[in-house]
Amino acid sequence: MADITGDLKADTSGPAQWTRGKWATILLLVAVVMTLLRYAGLLPDILHRIPEALIPPFATWLDVFFNFVKDDLGLLTLTRTLTEGLEWLLDVTANLMFGKRRWPHLGPIPWTAVAGVAAVIGYYLGGWRMALLGAGTFIWTALIGQWKIAMETMSVLMVAAPLAFFIGLGLGILAWKYVAVNRAIKPILSVLQTLPFFTYLLPAVIFFKVGPTAGAVATTIYAIPPMILMTTLGLQKVPSEVVEAGNMSGCTKWQLLRHVYLPSARTEILVGVNQVIMLCLAMVVLTAFIGMPGLGAKLLAMMGSFKLGRSFEIGVTIVLLAVTLDRMSKAWVIKQPEHFERDTPWWRRHIVLLTGIGVFVFFCIAAQFVQVFAEIGRKQNFSQGKEIDTAIKAFLAFDPVQNTTQAIRYVLNVWILNPFRDFLLSIPTPAFILLVVAFALSLGGRKPAIYAAIFFGLVALSGWWDRSVITLYSVISAVTLALLIGVPLGIVAARSEKWSQRVLLACDTAQTFPSFIYLIPAIMLFGITATSVVMSILIFAMVPLTRYTIEGLRTVPPEMTEAADMAGATRMQKLVKVQLPLALPTMAVGFNQAIMFAFFMVIIAAFIGTQDLGQELQRTLAGTDLGKNFVLGICVSLMALTFDLTIMKWATDRKKALGLPD
Amino acid sequence: MTADIVISCKNAWKIFGSDPQKYLKSMPSGHSFDDIRADGYIAGVKDVSIDVNRGEMLVIMGLSGSGKSTLVRCFSRLHDITGGTITVEGQDLMSLSEKELIELRRSKMGMVFQSFGLLPHRTVLENVAFPLEMRGQDKHTRRERALEVVKLVGLEGREEYFPRELSGGQQQRVGIARSLAIEPDIWFLDEPFSALDPLIRREMQDEFLRLQGMLGKTIVFITHDFDEALRLADRIAIMKDGAVEQCDTPDQIVLNPATEYVRKFTEEIDKARVVHAGVLAHAGTPGEGDPVDATASVQDLARLLVQDTRAIIPVAKSGKVIGGMDRAAALEILLEAS
Repeated sequence: MADITGDLKADTSGPAQWTRGKWATILLLVAVVMTLLRYAGLLPDILHRIPEALIPPFATWLDVFFNFVKDDLGLLTLTRTLTEGLEWLLDVTANLMFGKRRWPHLGPIPWTAVAGVAAVIGYYLGGWRMALLGAGTFIWTALIGQWKIAMETMSVLMVAAPLAFFIGLGLGILAWKYVAVNRAIKPILSVLQTLPFFTYLLPAVIFFKVGPTAGAVATTIYAIPPMILMTTLGLQKVPSEVVEAGNMSGCTKWQLLRHVYLPSARTEILVGVNQVIMLCLAMVVLTAFIGMPGLGAKLLAMMGSFKLGRSFEIGVTIVLLAVTLDRMSKAWVIKQPEHFERDTPWWRRHIVLLTGIGVFVFFCIAAQFVQVFAEIGRKQNFSQGKEIDTAIKAFLAFDPVQNTTQAIRYVLNVWILNPFRDFLLSIPTPAFILLVVAFALSLGGRKPAIYAAIFFGLVALSGWWDRSVITLYSVISAVTLALLIGVPLGIVAARSEKWSQRVLLACDTAQTFPSFIYLIPAIMLFGITATSVVMSILIFAMVPLTRYTIEGLRTVPPEMTEAADMAGATRMQKLVKVQLPLALPTMAVGFNQAIMFAFFMVIIAAFIGTQDLGQELQRTLAGTDLGKNFVLGICVSLMALTFDLTIMKWATDRKKALGLPD
Repeated sequence: MTADIVISCKNAWKIFGSDPQKYLKSMPSGHSFDDIRADGYIAGVKDVSIDVNRGEMLVIMGLSGSGKSTLVRCFSRLHDITGGTITVEGQDLMSLSEKELIELRRSKMGMVFQSFGLLPHRTVLENVAFPLEMRGQDKHTRRERALEVVKLVGLEGREEYFPRELSGGQQQRVGIARSLAIEPDIWFLDEPFSALDPLIRREMQDEFLRLQGMLGKTIVFITHDFDEALRLADRIAIMKDGAVEQCDTPDQIVLNPATEYVRKFTEEIDKARVVHAGVLAHAGTPGEGDPVDATASVQDLARLLVQDTRAIIPVAKSGKVIGGMDRAAALEILLEAS
């Protein structure tokens, strides 16, 4: 095997490249031959699919293990104890936000007070526009009659986000300080980031009761990884002279961390906060699947009963909340301290805080006298759910529209999707694995290829091969379609500065939406069908593709495009010969993200009805099938990781070869 | 010159690499910088022996990568040395516990950094008060002291500013103020003016000389700028590849370069500006007539050297004749420059 050391130090040299390519071709040929043999009926069944009898009962083993940990080691008792503390916190926020009858019996806080405070914070962070956004979001939520469910969601978010922040910060510091911790944490983090969210949900339910507590736990765990990464990154980036200045000032270790490292890593830590908040929001909506009340649950119910108007309204609320939280936390990242002139009076220095408190108190008192300030009643809201519903349905029933959507559905299903799926399913398992390995080998080299073989081998042994292939099929077809739309869109947008900015802004905004939202337009247009699944993944995966295409093209060094211009290249030649090759590594990062997003979305789409791993996963939520849940989750994770490792390896190698910065 | 020694550095080594301790022990003596590099290690400081006297300004100079910054970090134990000993005020630096080291830094050492090393989230005043805060002084005293030092470096009125609101020169004034806040005995300055543009640099050097005139600290000053070294130094140590090539007064370095490397370095220098009458005085032959001052440079005396007819001119140090200067030799230095 020494020949395939497509060792990457020799990446640019001819022979190694050739060897790698040769081996990949051989693997590919073997796979093709096996598939053809199968078609000719010559391949024995045992080589087509691993027989049931040979599949190790992973699920049962895992169940035994979990039961041991849960009962014999007493983990359940521990988590149930933890639950009580968490439950208490959740009760407090629940009482404050929507008046659940628990200690401290103060809530609910009037919606006007919340909106007012949001406006003041918005003004402090980003001026009038942000103030308007903050207040507007909450006013909309109240007027549309979704205050209570929105606050149910917020009350969990308010517990989960800080919890994730502190745990992530702590682990991040440990990982930065101790190499061993870092080494142990890294692989766990990459698995966690690719694990489908259903896999977070079931253990949460089993260990932490159904409802808000399990929801908060799942949300917290889901949001921790980026916080760890950002903390470590930030601490590593503190300039050595600042640290030395701290040392020379006689800092003890603790003082150094508290007064020098952490404040100097402020930017990265706050970026981490932003990510924590956004992931929490995305997850807290999804916890609807384990019965957590709130915006997600309502949306799930409305979509389930095909009430498009109300779904749309809830979608808007979620999007507004996401955009507000994202913009505000991002504004906080770039907000730099500014000095006050000397002898500025005390109240002037704290004017924002005082105004905030003032507004809050004012509305709390006002709400005692004016009822609508406290609560918008059932009959008072401005929800137009029914009307929008009728309008959308009328629009969809309108002949040209109906014909178009049906034509798209027909073409996609009959000519593209179904044949592709059947083709993938017809490939014998070993041949399929060989194909993936060949792909990993040609792009990433030996290491990703070995991982690909191990990971897909495990998937084959899991006993869920067909469903895994179907999952993969959804991902591949949706991402391919997204490529066909997203990349040209990015190329066109990248031509002008103005359009680049606009499209980038749109992509950034779209990325803040909780993934659940993407189901709404798909369901609106294509109903509850398989096309909707592909469509929702397509929209979701298009965002990073377009974004990174623009970014890649815009960051091509100007000297190079100028050189191309001076060489007399046409626009097309410049694009094909200069810009695209240089942008490709960056675009590959976008492609990778699109695939990761697609794996994430395909599981959510199980809600619409699919035949893949997601469907099975969702089914496990109803029971206590922890082992099976994990096996399914790991299958998704392993497939996603294979792509992640391969593509990222290719992108970094390529960047290095081209001398581009990371 | 048997003055009071503050920092004494004996055969100090600082080697970077995977297991420098073991490597240094097994390394044959006489290994050059390149030999060590071939073995996969980098000699940051290579067998350096140097003493710093109380109240003197020792300038360590060399090109980038010559180990000067590493050496000063060994003096303050920001780096642990690999071999040899460094004593500060009689204490062996490497034998100090963490607590003792912190105590030493809190009471005796101040350091100024090339890119300032200011804490971005603290105001000027809070930055300056930082070392005082670390040693647990109460808010009122440290404010008083910080205000005092801020005034000393001429940043009055900007106490509430944040570092990013200041120019480079102002930021370095904050760095200097911070290093002076605890009234250190030993003052380390690591290329403090290198990041500044030439006009500001000149201004800051004057400012620095003014401060030193007032405070009289023991100073280790790092620079890669020979002119700056000549302007400021009592003694200069020239470093190359981690080793000290020559450590002497500016006059001696210019007049008697110890190695080829030092000679090349000093070639372009206008010697008449550097060499003082005191250095050229021979005690045996005092000469006759009005003496010249020992601290005057040859350039200062140019007119006199050309017009005077005496072969030997007496040189006086604080009014007392210490010897005679050979006019022809002095003229030689003057002419060589032009």
